[in-house]
Amino acid sequence: MKDFGFAIEKPRALDLDKADRNLYVRLLKREPSFARCFQCGMCSATCSARNFTDYNIRRIHTLMRQGQTQELDAMLQKCMLCGKCTLVCPRGVNLRHLIIQMRKLLNNE
Amino acid sequence: MNRYWNEYQKTIADDHYFYERSCIRQTFFPGSETAFLRILREELGKDIFDDFRQHTCTGIGYHADIVPFETTMTVCARLFSLMTEHGYKNYVPSCVTSFGVFTEVLHTWQEHPELLEKTRENLYKATGREFEIPENLVHPSDIIYKFREELAGKMKYRLVNSFTGKPLKVVEHIGCHYAKIFPDKGVGKAEFPYVLAGMIESWGGEVVDYPERRHCCGFGFRQYLIQENRGYSISNTKKKLESMEPYEPDFIVTNCPGCTLFLDRWQYTIAEMEHKTYDKDGYGIPVLTYEEMAGLLLGYNPWELGLQIHQVQADHLLDKIGIEYNINDKYKGVSGTIFRKPEKPTILQV
Repeated sequence: MKDFGFAIEKPRALDLDKADRNLYVRLLKREPSFARCFQCGMCSATCSARNFTDYNIRRIHTLMRQGQTQELDAMLQKCMLCGKCTLVCPRGVNLRHLIIQMRKLLNNE
Repeated sequence: MNRYWNEYQKTIADDHYFYERSCIRQTFFPGSETAFLRILREELGKDIFDDFRQHTCTGIGYHADIVPFETTMTVCARLFSLMTEHGYKNYVPSCVTSFGVFTEVLHTWQEHPELLEKTRENLYKATGREFEIPENLVHPSDIIYKFREELAGKMKYRLVNSFTGKPLKVVEHIGCHYAKIFPDKGVGKAEFPYVLAGMIESWGGEVVDYPERRHCCGFGFRQYLIQENRGYSISNTKKKLESMEPYEPDFIVTNCPGCTLFLDRWQYTIAEMEHKTYDKDGYGIPVLTYEEMAGLLLGYNPWELGLQIHQVQADHLLDKIGIEYNINDKYKGVSGTIFRKPEKPTILQV
């Protein structure tokens, strides 16, 4: 390949038509209440881990839905499973169970 | 006409134009400007003046932050003074960037009359010349758009695939400086740019509406002028080409010299860097200017229009439209001399 002295960058735009949503579909089967989430962010607002780290449950949800699962496992390790998010969720999503299932799925369990 | 659509129209003078050529078009696509003058004079019978003393509008230097705006205003004023000297009031800059620069200059003078007076003074002190502000400033594509139906009646060919009888799928790219800087200055404004789409529809083609249709071509002046920054430019172009690829366009038609150049030449560079071409046969997508498109349909010789100078060769497109041409004349000069054929790229087919 020729070197012209510059490189072509990959676009940062996400093509949702090409996203691999396999993990998200499997997660929905294990925790169907996840489908009720409307991304209000109450979980992130109340999260103890969020207070001290960049852990963000809402972001994790978004990444999971978009099929961007490469960095999710490392992110999920920051959760202490205290369950405050489950208590505040206005849609009754069982977040604690959801996070446990996400960890399992990401580790092929 | 729908009354709301009326609000999206612009005033385009009927006749008596002063033409200003483009710096880069004369170098890269010289047949386009000649074709435009021929269409106006021979097909439409219009009066258009082409002054040999004209010069740059400073557009490239201005957008690359090399030329200050005061200089740009004075240089533009000299061009207006040539128009005034010859008694014309309708100014037609060949280049979309020039069109943007002139629009910006005129708008600045409207908002800040003291700068107009200062420019008059600067020009007079430097050259002893005086000028009038043009009554009508339009881009050449506006004129072709205005007379598109009249031209359609004179055309020998249509934008139809002669093998299948179906309309050709055409990607149109109007260029950022046409209507994005001053949205109300373009036909259809910035929201529904119709200048090229109108030509394509009137001449039998089908406009491709793809996701990145309004994305920049990748020129961007500063991004291109320094070699290390050209990655920004080519990444932009690649994004557009990838977005249009699934629609299998037959060709791209552009409004702006920079867009023609980059959508055309970067196809070669992307092919060399990533072994990727954007049509299924590996020839790339031909990129034409609107004058070349109009000239081809009017039956002008494709080699006089300068199609052989493009990176992506349009021979297959000519076959699709059913245009007759002599392949032996492709590299023949005006004097009849056959020039040396260009070297073939390693990936892109020609």
